[in-house]
Amino acid sequence: MNAREKILSKIRSVQTKSSAPAISFHLAQHPRGPLPPVPPDLIACFKERAIKLSSDVLETNNRVDVPTLLARYLHEKNLPVSGVCWPSLAGLPWSAAGLDMQSRPAKNSDLIGVTGAFCAIAETGTLMMLSGPDTPATTSLLPETHVAVLDPRHIVATMEDAWDLLRKEHRQPPRAVNFISGPSRTADIEQTVTLGAHGPYRVLLILAPL
Amino acid sequence: MQNTSIQFKKQVTIKLADTRLQDALSRLQSRFVEGRSAVISEIHDLQETRTAAAAIRDRVINNLEHWLVHFEQQATARGAIVHWAETGADVNRIVAGIAAQHGVKTAAKSKSMVSEECGLNDALELAGVKVMETDLGEYILQLAHEAPSHIVAPVVHKNKEEISDLFAEKHHLSRKTGIAELCREAREVLRPAFLNADMGISGANFLVAETGSALIVTNEGNGRLVTTLPRVHVAITGIEKVVPTLEDVTTLLRLLPRSATGQSITNYVSVLTGKKNAEDHDGPVHFHIILLDNGRSSLVGSEMQEMLRCIRCGACMNHCPVYQNIGGHAYGWVYPGPMGSILTPLLGGIEKSPDLPNASTFCGACAAVCPVKIPLPDLLRKLREKQLQRGMKSWQETFPLKVWAWLALHPSIYAMATRIGVRLMRMMGGKEKLLHTLPGASGWTEGRDFPAPSGKTFRELYKRGEGQ
Repeated sequence: MNAREKILSKIRSVQTKSSAPAISFHLAQHPRGPLPPVPPDLIACFKERAIKLSSDVLETNNRVDVPTLLARYLHEKNLPVSGVCWPSLAGLPWSAAGLDMQSRPAKNSDLIGVTGAFCAIAETGTLMMLSGPDTPATTSLLPETHVAVLDPRHIVATMEDAWDLLRKEHRQPPRAVNFISGPSRTADIEQTVTLGAHGPYRVLLILAPL
Repeated sequence: MQNTSIQFKKQVTIKLADTRLQDALSRLQSRFVEGRSAVISEIHDLQETRTAAAAIRDRVINNLEHWLVHFEQQATARGAIVHWAETGADVNRIVAGIAAQHGVKTAAKSKSMVSEECGLNDALELAGVKVMETDLGEYILQLAHEAPSHIVAPVVHKNKEEISDLFAEKHHLSRKTGIAELCREAREVLRPAFLNADMGISGANFLVAETGSALIVTNEGNGRLVTTLPRVHVAITGIEKVVPTLEDVTTLLRLLPRSATGQSITNYVSVLTGKKNAEDHDGPVHFHIILLDNGRSSLVGSEMQEMLRCIRCGACMNHCPVYQNIGGHAYGWVYPGPMGSILTPLLGGIEKSPDLPNASTFCGACAAVCPVKIPLPDLLRKLREKQLQRGMKSWQETFPLKVWAWLALHPSIYAMATRIGVRLMRMMGGKEKLLHTLPGASGWTEGRDFPAPSGKTFRELYKRGEGQ
């Protein structure tokens, strides 16, 4: 008997009742648990909670203004002006704003990574990212600054709503679903929160309609 | 990891006298206990959510075989390879085999308590694989050759100065004193380890049966790096970690970080399903998931089954007056605090940890904060009963109880004994009406005096009507 069979038969010896129909039913229904109340203004709620988790937030009504907003932010913080972006954002007028954004996955030496997001969650101020050929996971991970351009209409109330959206638009989850809530951090030394552990030091969210 | 919990009492004496540890533990209390209390109220109906969370865990544990098989089917369908391990040694053998199969020379590892159960790092070093811990706390411990003392904050027992000294010695760089500088130095030292690793090793906080996914919560981003960059990813976790659906895991995620670190959500929640697709730029080409039993299956269907609900948040230890005073190392194995006092005897053998079930005041704080409503004091009491049944209790504990039981069954002798007892104690109390020492209870009277009884027993007073 192999390890799998040994472990399962040990469990089987004390749990004899078969509940296959109940399991299929639960999987098909995937019922929600108790939900927290989320204020009706999802955009305001998202912004407030994202800022609470140390993300920076900027807004514009015109997507074409995103590079200018980013350029101003980078200058204010004395940060480099070159980096990488997802291919879906390559068409924005980066160079007109004095930025050099290459459309490719991030390497270790890249300091700015600009991404979109599948959606965002108001309850916690969280981005939901799906991995894929055009949405490389490294862009939000390796650079010291992560910039996410988000359509405010893609903000949902809860993580449950985000799962429903995922089920509607994709048959199954991609290789990696990453929920991001602010810059990476550690409190391992003396339980003192320090921003910028192994991931980005800062996360800038730019709300701009598609 | 070797189980040294047999030395619990000896370790307690050492830890109580360790002033640096005592400072560190008081910090833990203020940050984690107050942190939890500040965000747990964000959950609209906490009790309802805890009940739902316990039910989610019970749903799986009550039908563990079916859920495990369903998880395995889904994970395999997405290209993950699922391995089963009965013991920690089996895990080590499996990981070493995967490393050999893929020509792995170096591994980057994020924090995994299950891998600590196995002593994986030492086994891999023996197999010729260089392992780098990348969670800041675990990295510090690897440099210092120490074991974690907390399941969430592994290096809570060390202060900043000790870490400054350690980094200066091991990194051969100028000694940094600020916490932010120390963190940056570790980041810069560890970044190449992520980029060059052939294999990433992680735990999994949950396994989602619906999708065959491994879910990892992290704050530092190292969990994302070790599961994204290396060409091989191995996730190691316990067989009890299955959760039915994405909705179910979401309910648990509302409780886990709040209970653990006082965060409404961790910085990263990664749901990892299958291996890299051909057209993807990143992700592991080989994804292995190892399911460890190590004694867990023997709890299924037993009176201790509720312990399998545990989601490893650490709230029970943060709130435990025993842990708060002695820290994690005294417990002698991977899991400290109330959950450890139950798991260590159950997984490692009750004979090897005689003191742990008794390392509780039964104050109930652990059960009150447990997000999945594990009745921890009840389980500790059941372990004490097992100890008594197996004749593991000392005569100093059982003899006085036997005497008391005999007296209680003989009311007239009981009355006489208490009458003599209280009068004797009143005499000993003298003018002050205080007893400075009590035979057999010197530990208690070391810190305070015992007020002498006023002279009559309750039964005497009651008989005269004074007790009404």
